[in-house]
Amino acid sequence: MNDKAQGADRASERGKAKRNGAAVPAMDREELLGFYRQMLLIRRFEERAGQLYGMGLIAGFCHLYIGQEAVVVGLQSALKPGDQVITGYRDHGHMLACGMDPRGVMAELTGRAGGLSKGKGGSMHMFSREQNFFGGHGIVGAQVSLGTGLAFANRYRKNDHVAMIYFGDGAANQGQVYESFNMAMLWKLPAIYVIENNQYAMGTSVERSSSETHFYRRGSSFGIPGEEVDGMDVRAVRDAGTRAVARARAGEGPMILELKTYRYRGHSMSDPAKYRSREEVDQMRETRDPITQLENILLSAGLATEDDFKGIDREIRAIVADSADFARESPEPDPSELMTDIYS
Amino acid sequence: MAIEVLMPALSPTMEEGTLSKWLVKVGDAVKSGQIIAEIETDKANMDVEAVDEGVVSQILVPAGAVGVRVNTPILVLSGAGGPPASAGKAMPAPAASPPAEMRVAPVPAPASRMVLSADPELPAGVEMVATTIRDALRDAMAEEMRRDPDVFLMGEEVAQYQGAYKVSRSLLEEFGPDRVIDTPITEHGFAGLGVGAAMNGLRPIVEFMTWNFAMQAIDHIINSAGKTLYMSGGAITCPIVFRGPNGAASRVGAQHSQDYSAWYMQVPGLKVIAPYDAADAKGLLKAAIRDSNPVVFLEHELLYGEAHPVPAVADWVLPIGKAKIRRPGTDVTITAHSRMVGFALKAADQLAQQGISAEVIDLRTLRPLDIDTIVESVRKTNCLVSAEEGWRHAGVGAEIAALVTELAFDHLDAPPLRVTQADCPMPYAANLEVLSLPQVADIVAAVKAVLYRS
Repeated sequence: MNDKAQGADRASERGKAKRNGAAVPAMDREELLGFYRQMLLIRRFEERAGQLYGMGLIAGFCHLYIGQEAVVVGLQSALKPGDQVITGYRDHGHMLACGMDPRGVMAELTGRAGGLSKGKGGSMHMFSREQNFFGGHGIVGAQVSLGTGLAFANRYRKNDHVAMIYFGDGAANQGQVYESFNMAMLWKLPAIYVIENNQYAMGTSVERSSSETHFYRRGSSFGIPGEEVDGMDVRAVRDAGTRAVARARAGEGPMILELKTYRYRGHSMSDPAKYRSREEVDQMRETRDPITQLENILLSAGLATEDDFKGIDREIRAIVADSADFARESPEPDPSELMTDIYS
Repeated sequence: MAIEVLMPALSPTMEEGTLSKWLVKVGDAVKSGQIIAEIETDKANMDVEAVDEGVVSQILVPAGAVGVRVNTPILVLSGAGGPPASAGKAMPAPAASPPAEMRVAPVPAPASRMVLSADPELPAGVEMVATTIRDALRDAMAEEMRRDPDVFLMGEEVAQYQGAYKVSRSLLEEFGPDRVIDTPITEHGFAGLGVGAAMNGLRPIVEFMTWNFAMQAIDHIINSAGKTLYMSGGAITCPIVFRGPNGAASRVGAQHSQDYSAWYMQVPGLKVIAPYDAADAKGLLKAAIRDSNPVVFLEHELLYGEAHPVPAVADWVLPIGKAKIRRPGTDVTITAHSRMVGFALKAADQLAQQGISAEVIDLRTLRPLDIDTIVESVRKTNCLVSAEEGWRHAGVGAEIAALVTELAFDHLDAPPLRVTQADCPMPYAANLEVLSLPQVADIVAAVKAVLYRS
C-alpha cells in the first residue's frame, strides 16, 4: 500500500474514532424530530408509490428508497442553500430531502403534466434549479462525472459551495468514477462522493462484484480520504456529512463517504429480490431500521412521546395522500409537449 | 375506514397472476411494510407488502387462486388510523399512444426546423484577411472567452502543449490555467465533467483530440448533454461545445480515421456543425459557444492548415442551421460538408469544362439541416448528388436523399446518388486509403450518372 492509500485509511480511522469516541452525538430535539419527519415522509411516499405502481398508475422503472432514508436525510442536513446535489435513478428520496414538492414528484411518477418534468422525465429524471438538484440520472455512474462538473463550476467561480454526489455500490465499479476521482483530487474540487452501499447492485451482492468491498478505500490511489459511516443511524450520517462538507468548503478537496445501508425492496418494482433471504431483510428491518432507531432514541431520551409520533404520522400521511391525489388528477401532458424542450 | 388491498402488478405488462400464499389471516394486525402475501407470474415471484396499517377483516381471494386480474381487491383491512386511504379503486392507466396525426411524419419534425436568419451583411469594402482554419478557430474561442468569463476550454494538451493540432495556440498565455485546462487522458470523465459544469451555468468548450476518442464519451454527449433539457421539462440547459477534428486523417488507420457526422446528426437535442472554410469555422464556432444547447462541432484535421479570407469585422457570428450555396448552377445539385465541399467545388470546375453547370451546397450545419435550401435547389436542377467522407449506410446522404425524395419527388429526373467512403474500416496502405475515400472523380462520375451523360 502506498503512502497516499495509507493516508486515506488513517483518515478513515480518524473518522471512526471521532464518531465512536465522541459517544452520544448532540441531541437537539427539533433537529431530530425534523429528521424523523423527513425520513417518514420518504418512507410513506415510497410505499404509496409502490402502491400506485401496483395499480398501473406508475409505469416503467420505479426504484424505491425504503430502508435508506437516513442517508439522504442526514447528509442533506450538512448542506446549505446553493450547494448542489446529484444522484442516480433511486432518486425520489433525494428529491424530497432537497425540499422538492411531493406533488410534483408523484405526478412525474404517474407521467402527468403536473410532474416536475411535465411528465417527460419519469421516475429517474427530475431536476430543480431552485433546490439545486441536478437529477435523476439513469446511466449508472454518469452522475459521478456530472457531479464532479458541478463541483468544478464552484471552484471556477471561487465560491464556497460544494456538490454532494450520490451513487451506489454498483456504480462504484464504473470506470468514469475513477476518472472523476482523479480530476477531483488533482484540482481539489469541492466534491463529496457518497457511496450508498446497500449491498446489492441490482441482484449482485458486493462480495460477488467487488474486489475491494470497503468502498471508502476506493479513493486511495488518488489520495482521497474516505470514511465508513453507519448509514442506518441518521445522527452518525449527519456528523460524517458535516465533517466532509467542512473539508470541501475549506478547499481541501474531495472526500468519499461510504454509507452502509440496506434497501428493503427489490432493485426496482419488477425485482422479486430472490437473491437474498427473507430472514436477512427481516433482520435489518427489525434491528437496524433508521426510523425505528430514531424513534427509540427520542423516546428513551424523553425528547418525544408516542403522541408526538402519531401526530407526525398523521401529518405525513396527509401530505402523501394529497400528493397521490394530485398525481392521479393531474392531466396527461398536452400532445404539444411532445416537441417542446428539445432545444432552448 | 376499510381499505381494500388490490392485486399488484409485478411489471408494466402483467395483467394477471397467481396468489400463491397468504401470510396473514383474518383478525391479524398488519403493519405498514409487512409482507402479507406471495404472488407469482410465469416470470417472477414477489412478496406483497402492506402499505397501510390495520386489522385483516376479510380475505377476498383464497390462496392458490390463479388468474387473479391486476387491481382486483384481494384483502380488506379495517380499523386503520389516520385519514382515509386515497388508494380506493384502481384508476385505469392513461392511454399511452400519441394522437393519430403524430404517428406519421412525412416531413422533418419541428425540432429540426427553426427560424433562421441569413448570414450577416458585410459592410462595403470590408477587409478580408487570409486566415488558416486553425487560427480562425482559435480566434473564435479567444474572442468568446474575452466576451464571457463563463467560457473556458478544456481537453488533452490544450494548454501547455498549445493543442495537439495547435488550435489553442497562445490561449493559455492570454487566459491562464484556470480557463485553459489540460485534462488527464480521460475522455469519459472530462466530457461528463464538462456537461455537469454546463448544467451548473458555465459554458465549457470541450476539445477532443479527435472525435474518434469521443466514443469513450458518447454517453455523456447524447444521454447527459443531449437529453437533459427534455427530461427536465425545460428546467436544465446545457450550453456546451464539443469540438475537435473529425473524419479521415492521413495514414493513421481505422481507429483514428472515421467520420461521425451521421452518428451525431441523428440525435434530437444536439446541434451538429461541420464547417468547410475559415470564415465559417470562425463564425459558426462563435455561434456555437453562444448557443444555449449542446453543440457537436466537427472540424477536419486535413483542413486546419488551409487559409481562406475571413472578414475583419468586430464580431463575425453566423447563423446555425443555414446552408450556403458555394457555387450557383443549373444542371445538378451537389451537397457536401466539411472537406468534401472542396472536392465538390473541384468537381464543379471539371464539370463546367464539360458544359455541366453544378450548384454546390455547403451544408455547414447537419442538425438542424437546412433542407429548404436543398429542396429549392433540386426544384431548379432536378438532380441530386450528395458527397460525404463517411460511410454510405444510414449516412448523411441517405437522409438528404430521403428528404428530397419525400419533399421534391416530382422534381427529380433521376434517383439521387451518394458519393461516400467505401463500406470498410479505413485501411492503412496508401493505395487502399485512396481507394476507400471519395475522390473528385467519384463526384464527377455520379453527376454524369444522374444526368445520364457518359
